Amino acid sequence: MHKENILEVKNLVKWFPVKKGLFSKTNSYLKAVDDVSFSIPRGEVLGLVGESGCGKSTTGRAILRLIEATQGEVLLEGQDLYRMGKTALKEKRKDMQIVFQDPYASLNPRLTIRSIIGEAIKLHQVVSEKERDAFMEELLYEVGLGKHFLNHFPHQFSGGQRQRIGIARALAVRPKLIVMDEAVSALDVSVQAQVLNLFQDLQQKYGLTYLFITHNLSVVKHISNRIAVMYLGQIVEISEKEEFFRNPQHPYSRALISAIPSSSPEIKRERILLKGDLTSPVDPPQGCRFYSRCPEAQAICKEVQPPHKEVGNQHLVACHLR
Amino acid sequence: MSDNLLEIKELSTGFFTEDGFLPALDKVSLTLKKGETLGVVGESGSGKSLTSLSVMNLIPTPGKAVGGEILFKGKNLLQLGEEQMRAIRGNEISMIFQEPMTSLNPVYSVGEQIMEVLRLHQQLDKKVARAKTIDMLRLVGIPSPEKRVDDYPHQLSGGMRQRVMIAMALSCQPDLLIADEPTTALDVTTQAQILDLMLDLKERLQTSILLITHDLGVIAEAADHVAVMYAGKVVEYAEVKRFFREPLHPYSQGLMNSIPTLEQTRERLQVIRGVVPTLQQMPKGCRFCTRCDEKQTLCEEEAPPLIGYQGSQVSCWKYTERWEPSPR
Repeated sequence: MHKENILEVKNLVKWFPVKKGLFSKTNSYLKAVDDVSFSIPRGEVLGLVGESGCGKSTTGRAILRLIEATQGEVLLEGQDLYRMGKTALKEKRKDMQIVFQDPYASLNPRLTIRSIIGEAIKLHQVVSEKERDAFMEELLYEVGLGKHFLNHFPHQFSGGQRQRIGIARALAVRPKLIVMDEAVSALDVSVQAQVLNLFQDLQQKYGLTYLFITHNLSVVKHISNRIAVMYLGQIVEISEKEEFFRNPQHPYSRALISAIPSSSPEIKRERILLKGDLTSPVDPPQGCRFYSRCPEAQAICKEVQPPHKEVGNQHLVACHLR
Repeated sequence: MSDNLLEIKELSTGFFTEDGFLPALDKVSLTLKKGETLGVVGESGSGKSLTSLSVMNLIPTPGKAVGGEILFKGKNLLQLGEEQMRAIRGNEISMIFQEPMTSLNPVYSVGEQIMEVLRLHQQLDKKVARAKTIDMLRLVGIPSPEKRVDDYPHQLSGGMRQRVMIAMALSCQPDLLIADEPTTALDVTTQAQILDLMLDLKERLQTSILLITHDLGVIAEAADHVAVMYAGKVVEYAEVKRFFREPLHPYSQGLMNSIPTLEQTRERLQVIRGVVPTLQQMPKGCRFCTRCDEKQTLCEEEAPPLIGYQGSQVSCWKYTERWEPSPR
């Protein structure tokens, strides 16, 4: 049985020009996202992990066309968002939403919750004006907040509650795909658990598809079906979750897993320490981007960029040595 | 002579505000033995950072320590004047912070900033101080320290800056290093490097560490003993292996169960319901009682003391004789 892909990303590229000098001449590019391809079947969760600066958030935003990609295709239910006129795209935005990391910065402090959630409902005419309040109350109930909160302002809420409001806002237009951009990273652990459970409940109830962007591998393991690891603008490994943790292939994935503090002092993980720091994404090396830090690097890695190889059931890895 | 380097006894710190006095720390007691790492774990607002600032006597106004003692090598730090305190800070007790960018001065080179500490506390002359600075940078694993010593903070990555902070903190060979969320702003692979470095240096330089973090994983990796803080109180204090095997306090248990881990697979995460109470509406009895599933009337009326239980310490009525066994 093959599930239909709700989202297909093909060769997505986002380069930012680096301007220098008197006439702002562009002589180099920051290659934030460089040839990224993946797909998500309907109703599944893809976890996109990587460290800061690897381009995971840029990928999420370019998919939603919140920033314009330099190249590539993004197919939502078969339609390329990058070949769409303004009106058609606006209509399509109803199907895809985003929840941001910082629940403090992503809600306008001068608007009431009614206006924050209601704006999208009004714009997309999700329900008639008469039903709007009842609909919003139901949404708040859905995310675990009381209906009397509609007249409150963001500052009256705690971090966890704000994140719930962000989710209610995303849900308001009945989307099919939600990009979760570090959506639980700013929360305390006990609150993080509440919000993660809420994500799972909503996903099951509405058959939602998530692109779950985070740096936290433990969270990704909990919530995703599949996992994609990004390094310096490229996906280095993508696999089903259990398979990924049982049998990680890329040296970077292995190092990443080994670096997570264990959940008990009696479990000691064999640690793979990486040399040096993240290489700059401005004019990255021509070979494998992980070359300079890789404990297994060989001569070929410096010269040739490794292609994606299938090493198991839908388990892709970009490494010469596998 | 006791082998306790730092002993915090019933420390109460609070803020004098327009709403009256807000008790942020309520009779916090902690002990750190020589050569040991004590991990203090808690969520935001639990008072873990305020505890460390109290030790350094750096509580922001309108805050003030109003009761208790902080004994460092037998001296009560709360009774020292600013002058005496300044001789201790950076020399005998030093501190590293979460955000290495904001705690380094952007207009001085990292070398100048480390040299300042050495010249001030150890009265070294410029040349010797510079040589020692380069040694320290080498010690914390910065490549080509002879060149890096003249770099400015913005030229270094986050991990390198944190290494500089550690070099600065350890330059006078302090007895106590307070590390307040030292790896929180760093990526996991960098976090692993920094934790390993701290543990290695602790062994080599015989420094005791007070490690403050919200991350139980960091505690499991690095600490010998752990103190769990909740809403300005220590609710549990235990040896670290024992703690992870069998946490005693309902809050510690809840915390442990609410974290997704690589080792276990759970369908759903257990949650601690509700949120931390604000200082203005702190419950009269046990501060955790508003979120506790096991609470009894006693918990609402009277705050439980920190009692010894099987070698650990826990602040919960459950482990006392006054607890009524459940009717089941």
